[in-house]
Amino acid sequence: MIQTFPKGGVHPAEDKFAAGSPIKTLKVPEAVVIPLSQHIGAPAEPLVKKGDTVKTGQLIAQSKGFVSANIHSSVTGTVKKIDSEPDSSGYKRTAVVIDAVDDDWADGIDTDKTLKKNITAGADEIVRRTLDAGIVGLGGATFPSHIKLSLPKGKKADILIINGVECEPCLTSDHRLMLERGDELMVGIQLLMKALNVTRAFIGIENNKPDAIAHLSKLSADYEGIKVRPLKIKYPQGAEKQLIKALINREVPSGGLPVDVGTVVHNVGTAVAVYEAVQKNKPLIERVVTVTGRDMKEPSNFLVRIGTPVRTLIDAAGGLPDNTGKVVNGGPMMGKALNSLEVPVTKGTSGILLIPADKAARKPVVNCMRCAKCITVCPMGLEPHLLMPATEFGKWELAEEERILDCMECGSCSYICPSGRPLLDYIRLGKSTVSKIIRSRKQ
Amino acid sequence: MDKLITVSPSPHVYGDDNVKKLMYGVIYALIPAFLVSVYFFGIGALIVTSISVVSCVMFEYLIQKYMMKTEPTVSDGSAAVTGVLLAMNLPTNMPWWIIVIGALVAIGVGKMSFGGLGNNPFNPALVGRVFLFISFPVQMTSWPEPIVSRLQYADAATGATPLAVIKEGLAAGVPMSRLAEQIPGYLDLFIGHLHGSMGEISALALLAGGIFMLTRKIITWHIPVSIFLTVFLFTGILWLINPYDNADPLFHLITGGLVLGAVYMATDYATSPMTPKGMWIFGIGIGVITVAIRVYGAYPEGISFAILIMNSFVPLINKYVKPNRFGEEVKNG
Ligand code: SF4
Ligand code: SF4
Repeated sequence: MIQTFPKGGVHPAEDKFAAGSPIKTLKVPEAVVIPLSQHIGAPAEPLVKKGDTVKTGQLIAQSKGFVSANIHSSVTGTVKKIDSEPDSSGYKRTAVVIDAVDDDWADGIDTDKTLKKNITAGADEIVRRTLDAGIVGLGGATFPSHIKLSLPKGKKADILIINGVECEPCLTSDHRLMLERGDELMVGIQLLMKALNVTRAFIGIENNKPDAIAHLSKLSADYEGIKVRPLKIKYPQGAEKQLIKALINREVPSGGLPVDVGTVVHNVGTAVAVYEAVQKNKPLIERVVTVTGRDMKEPSNFLVRIGTPVRTLIDAAGGLPDNTGKVVNGGPMMGKALNSLEVPVTKGTSGILLIPADKAARKPVVNCMRCAKCITVCPMGLEPHLLMPATEFGKWELAEEERILDCMECGSCSYICPSGRPLLDYIRLGKSTVSKIIRSRKQ
Repeated sequence: MDKLITVSPSPHVYGDDNVKKLMYGVIYALIPAFLVSVYFFGIGALIVTSISVVSCVMFEYLIQKYMMKTEPTVSDGSAAVTGVLLAMNLPTNMPWWIIVIGALVAIGVGKMSFGGLGNNPFNPALVGRVFLFISFPVQMTSWPEPIVSRLQYADAATGATPLAVIKEGLAAGVPMSRLAEQIPGYLDLFIGHLHGSMGEISALALLAGGIFMLTRKIITWHIPVSIFLTVFLFTGILWLINPYDNADPLFHLITGGLVLGAVYMATDYATSPMTPKGMWIFGIGIGVITVAIRVYGAYPEGISFAILIMNSFVPLINKYVKPNRFGEEVKNG
């Protein structure tokens, strides 16, 4: 039997239209908007000012505090302004705007494409370089990666998990990365293993990517301790806790971290970025983004400089179809709807999804008929039908008791509800209120 | 163009289930049982069903529009489902006005007085049925003979259900072996050639519909299976102890309203528990009460009462029986 996580989950139509399109490098844009907050945690602090000239790969903002990440220029040019610019959240946040004139890489960055297999860096150096290069989780969660590599005192990991699941429908960037940059991925995984001091790594890949499974299985034969594990197709298998359960049958306790069960999870994109950072001294200034949609002319996967406007990507993939009803940053289950096409691609942008108008609207909302489907699909074993009214009527104690904070916002409950109830909308609201209450209680 | 773009929180795709689709699924699942009924009871089955469905839909519409003053939602099919299920629980020679009263009680008392779809604690069709059973006991227990191709609606020749034959026989001291001669063979019973309410006669057709609902994910297996297992075990034990005075477990499974109740009535969303564990408790409770009524109670049949009794425990079950939370019992392999 093929592995998967046992509890809950849904299976939306996969619609991986761009799976067959090799990664194309998108031309360096004329101007980039680089937000200082592209990660979970404190925004980075700018090191440049208006009028400065910067090189590609140059550090322009420094990580501030523990949970934060460095930010580098993705082009060569002059800083036009540092100002509030709208980002994918819909809010204006501080960003560095750079007019590009050239693509001249900063000193010490190896832009040569040849594979550098030989690992000389020690564990500490790997962590330091990951921090220097501004690497964050590229699966979309954007948690600064160096933190996951520096295990808390007294904790020990024995298995590294590499997330190649790509369970979000429509997205194919990780799939293409695994097919086209498998060698770099393998070295990246070895680096992560070394940093964490573990001897085993499992790459989890869902069964809808047989070519990636075959390719990486073949490559991994040459690398000690790295194993590819095919997984049954089920959303949200890419969620850390579900992936850990599926691969090594360990259950991260409520409120706990993967390391509590001896493992650390990194995305395939992150592993490749770590390879580049450690072996090539290259900071994170570009990433692979899927641009896709049912009516898109050429669904594509692009290697894009951070800061490139979303509109540029859509134009490169054949333009915005007339019937577009919604543009999503990320996948259809967890992505964020954009209110402007001028917002930039950031480190967390795994895909741009165009949803046709006939699919953009929500279902009409009717009474909950207590069908229990939301309970059946919740991977965390929650009762969404109960959490929604708890929030609606401000029953915060009940919401907390029913473990509303365990909700990982996968959206499976809203997806399945035959009554069209906006369960996750309310649960999000409830989560933020409940966590505020808990925080104030601690003070 | 940009202004037209919808901005709403995730998820951005939805499954294609809706209330209507699920309700119509239940109706489709009941088609085989309905056809068997038409085959054995003729036009009466058709008439009873039509009266029941039309009255249920009409009452729901009128109550929503003129009493609750809300937009009627009869097009979602839930009132029609109640109508079909109520009909399934009636003999096919039921006078029309009794059916209309049953529909009014089912929809008015059983459903709308609690606020409509999803809010009712008791299965509306069963509320209607039990009301009729208490108010019109004679009409509710005179079942027409099952004979092929009949054209009349109200029929004179009636008889008792196999369950009633056994119950009365045993009460009169007739041993089980003699009673067995008075009822049809098991294959006939299974296919539906027996006296009974129009929708409960064919276990085969009802099970086929149940499998359809399972594959369409309209219901889960927990409630029907737990009821069947409980009835089978309970009656099995009684039968092993005393085969002379007790019918065997198979007989109990395929006669009366057991399959209809277990597959279509007990699984009603609003009135059954929401977690698998809760469904087991619910199913076992129904099984035990059904057998207790059949064997020790005043009536030959007990599933309707059993379901209604267990319906009243559902809020309690939902409150205390929670799904398995992720990360709760840490079993690390
Ligand atoms: S409650 Fe949260 S975790 Fe559970 S299905 Fe809904 S969004 Fe996912
Ligand atoms: S899926 Fe929707 S209708 Fe069904 S119980 Fe949950 S909230 Fe209610």
